[in-house]
Amino acid sequence: MTSDDTTLDASAPWLEVDAVIDDPRTRIVVCCGSGGVGKTTTAAALGVRAAERGRKVVVLTIDPARRLAQSMGISELDNVPRRVKGVDEAAGGELHAMMLDMKRTFDEIVEGHADAERARAILENPFYQSLSAGFAGTQEYMAMEKLGQLRANDEWDLIVVDTPPSRSALDFLDAPKRLGSFLDGKFIRILMAPAKVGGRAGMKFLNVGMSMMTGTLSKLMGGQLLRDVQTFVAAMDTMFGGFRTRADATYRLLQAPGTAFLVVAAPERDALREAAYFVERLAAEQMPLAGLVLNRVHGSGAAQLSAERALAAAEALTETLVADGDPAADPEAGEAGDPSDGISPNSPSADPSSPVAENLEPGGIVDLDGGKNGSRTAGGLSPAATAEHAASPSASAAQLAAGLLRLHAERMQVLARERRTRDRFTALHPEVPVAEVAALPGDVHDLTGLRAIGDRLALRPGDAGT
Amino acid sequence: MSRLHVVSGKGGTGKTTVAAALALALATEGRRTLLVEVEGRQGIAQLFETEAFPYEERKIAVAPGGGEVHALAIDAERALLDYLQMFYKLGSAGRALKKLGAIDFATTIAPGLRDVLLTGKACEAVRRKDKSGAFVYDAVVMDAPPTGRVTRFLNVNDEVAGLAKIGPIHNQAQAVMRVLKSPETAVHLVTLLEEMPVQETADGIAELRAANIPVGGVVINMTRPALLDNGDLDIAARGARTGIAKALSQAGLGGARRGGHADRLIDPLLEQAREHAERVELERAEHAELTALGLPTYELGLLPEGVDLAGLYGLARDLRRQGPI
Ligand SMILES: Nc1ncnc2c1ncn2[C@@H]1O[C@H](COP(=O)(O)OP(=O)(O)OP(=O)(O)O)[C@@H](O)[C@H]1O
Ligand SMILES: Nc1ncnc2c1ncn2[C@@H]1O[C@H](COP(=O)(O)OP(=O)(O)OP(=O)(O)O)[C@@H](O)[C@H]1O
Ligand SMILES: [Mg+2]
Ligand SMILES: [Mg+2]
Repeated sequence: MTSDDTTLDASAPWLEVDAVIDDPRTRIVVCCGSGGVGKTTTAAALGVRAAERGRKVVVLTIDPARRLAQSMGISELDNVPRRVKGVDEAAGGELHAMMLDMKRTFDEIVEGHADAERARAILENPFYQSLSAGFAGTQEYMAMEKLGQLRANDEWDLIVVDTPPSRSALDFLDAPKRLGSFLDGKFIRILMAPAKVGGRAGMKFLNVGMSMMTGTLSKLMGGQLLRDVQTFVAAMDTMFGGFRTRADATYRLLQAPGTAFLVVAAPERDALREAAYFVERLAAEQMPLAGLVLNRVHGSGAAQLSAERALAAAEALTETLVADGDPAADPEAGEAGDPSDGISPNSPSADPSSPVAENLEPGGIVDLDGGKNGSRTAGGLSPAATAEHAASPSASAAQLAAGLLRLHAERMQVLARERRTRDRFTALHPEVPVAEVAALPGDVHDLTGLRAIGDRLALRPGDAGT
Repeated sequence: MSRLHVVSGKGGTGKTTVAAALALALATEGRRTLLVEVEGRQGIAQLFETEAFPYEERKIAVAPGGGEVHALAIDAERALLDYLQMFYKLGSAGRALKKLGAIDFATTIAPGLRDVLLTGKACEAVRRKDKSGAFVYDAVVMDAPPTGRVTRFLNVNDEVAGLAKIGPIHNQAQAVMRVLKSPETAVHLVTLLEEMPVQETADGIAELRAANIPVGGVVINMTRPALLDNGDLDIAARGARTGIAKALSQAGLGGARRGGHADRLIDPLLEQAREHAERVELERAEHAELTALGLPTYELGLLPEGVDLAGLYGLARDLRRQGPI
């Protein structure tokens, strides 16, 4: 799978994204990862790509950026998938997308599982209203619920799921269980106990505990809240078991062979640490991991020039400019360092360097200070640009070159850091296939941007270049 | 001067880092600050390179000039048990409640109760006085939940006082709200110069204001210097290419003629410059949007090698240099 030209360790296999989304057996792709790493973007990009490669896809997004939602035509929360316009359907595919509305999803479960009167009692209960609107974990539970519904519809041949912006990727797996175990749990049964077990022999102990507890709770929370909770619980009675069963069914769906988890991470220490936890957890849960998407990775088309060397060269250029205002004064100045260090194999000494000096125009350089004073940029950010009007091309060119070199040095430092963090992950999990997505200079907020991400996702690492 | 500084922001923008730097910055000149975290992640311990701390306040750093930073990871369950113990002497009943899942219920499921407990503990630290009647902490800095949840988190009054209309939880919520809505409190938002965090900052400020919670400043984190911009690219486009090749060659990077080493560097270097310039433009637009919010702004530069303890002290210095926060 890997070739000589990949930048990855031979031990890190390539995650072939196209193979995953083209495989008709892949029915669900789950994009997870810690906050802000690009889960939503990756999910949407995969949706577009799979649809344009001929699959009938639905993407379930959660809290997408406003402009992205608008450009996909899903900024209205109506909790059903909408067909996305502007997708190339020539290959026979389609893209549908939706944005999760967690309260509505919760309401729909209630409405679907209780008669009208009971449903109304639940929906109007203040405790239910708080629970459905905001309890940390409701979003995760409802995302699972919606996934279950989409899958049950069997209308799409591929479902791509985004996961909520939680701190930890693990929340997606843990939160539904927490809510489910509360709704089906001991505590709820005890709250309902007065109605159910009152007076029955053998329940005396429980009753004592119960009354002590409800007493305490009502002292603590105030009687009203406790009554609200009890009314809610009583009204939900018929649905209990239902929640646990549903959560379990979706959990099993996630373990099925047609599911592929993609763990998205930025090439940063914290994000990759989270990714490693998640990979281990998926293995423990026997959930199928397709691989790691390393998002917003930096590359360089001039990687042969090291950061150190670029900085030294920039320094040399600036020094000559500042020192004597004449970079051409000493034709040998630039040759001080070992030119073959960090640069491509051809020997630079073969290049004639004297014509360079001859062609420079020292005359322009004396105007440098004038150029500086006529600062154009408000923040004074751009010395090279300010030199432009007054100075000759060579003065500004020298400054520009120095700027380019500094920029390059910064880029190379980023590259090195990203590589180190990535290698640490690979050393820990050499079996996990990896795809790399280059960082785009701007945000991703339309189909064109999503296609660009999709193209990069499908590239073999190392071919990514810049 | 506010005494409770709540630090929020989009996930991953640097809330924990900035909260810690602020606690350090506010602790100079012999002052004492408390840094609290509420999400049970031991982020502060990691940052200060100490082991996870138990549920107690302890000194974790000394600030220049003899100040002290103390830290506390507030745990909702422990806070509830302490609270029950304090008001009801419910030691063993607390354990029984725990067994039944009631504590779990109260601290993780019951909407808002958890938040009352967490903010309640922080407000208690703000108001705490020693025997001489002086405040124990000159300032309390909270590493708060992200922007999307922070207003709900702080606005426990609406959440809980509405649900629990009487009783100690109701009273506690009321007391907490008195602190949180007073000028004693300031909520600061951390952002990056990127579209989503800036948008979230604007939305968050509007929400906080609507809830009458005082907003402090905006901390722009991980800023990078603009090395080049579109103006420079214009020059390059206007035929400075040969000049650049010569300059590169001059600096010892190989031959300037077509196909020479220096010449071959130009396209990739210019491509990087174009990307950089695009980002600089984007950042300027985001910066303008933040300025338009009309709040004090503070900037912290990106530390290229990440944040270690020395870096954290540096960030604290940078914050102080930019005036009172
Ligand atoms: N490869 C990339 N290049 C450039 N920008 C990117 C890239 N991937 C994502 N982004 C941008 O990063 C920001 C965060 O991305 P996204 O919303 O997909 O993250 P997320 O993991 O879903 O975040 P959250 O945890 O908040 O849901 C967006 O503004 C997006 O446009
Ligand atoms: N000024 C900075 N320079 C370099 N790295 C930084 C800077 N500020 C924060 N970071 C790094 O960015 C990452 C996120 O920072 P931090 O944990 O403080 O963010 P957070 O908002 O608290 O995140 P979360 O939402 O996960 O709680 C950390 O790895 C941190 O070291
Ligand atoms: Mg998202
Ligand atoms: Mg944090």
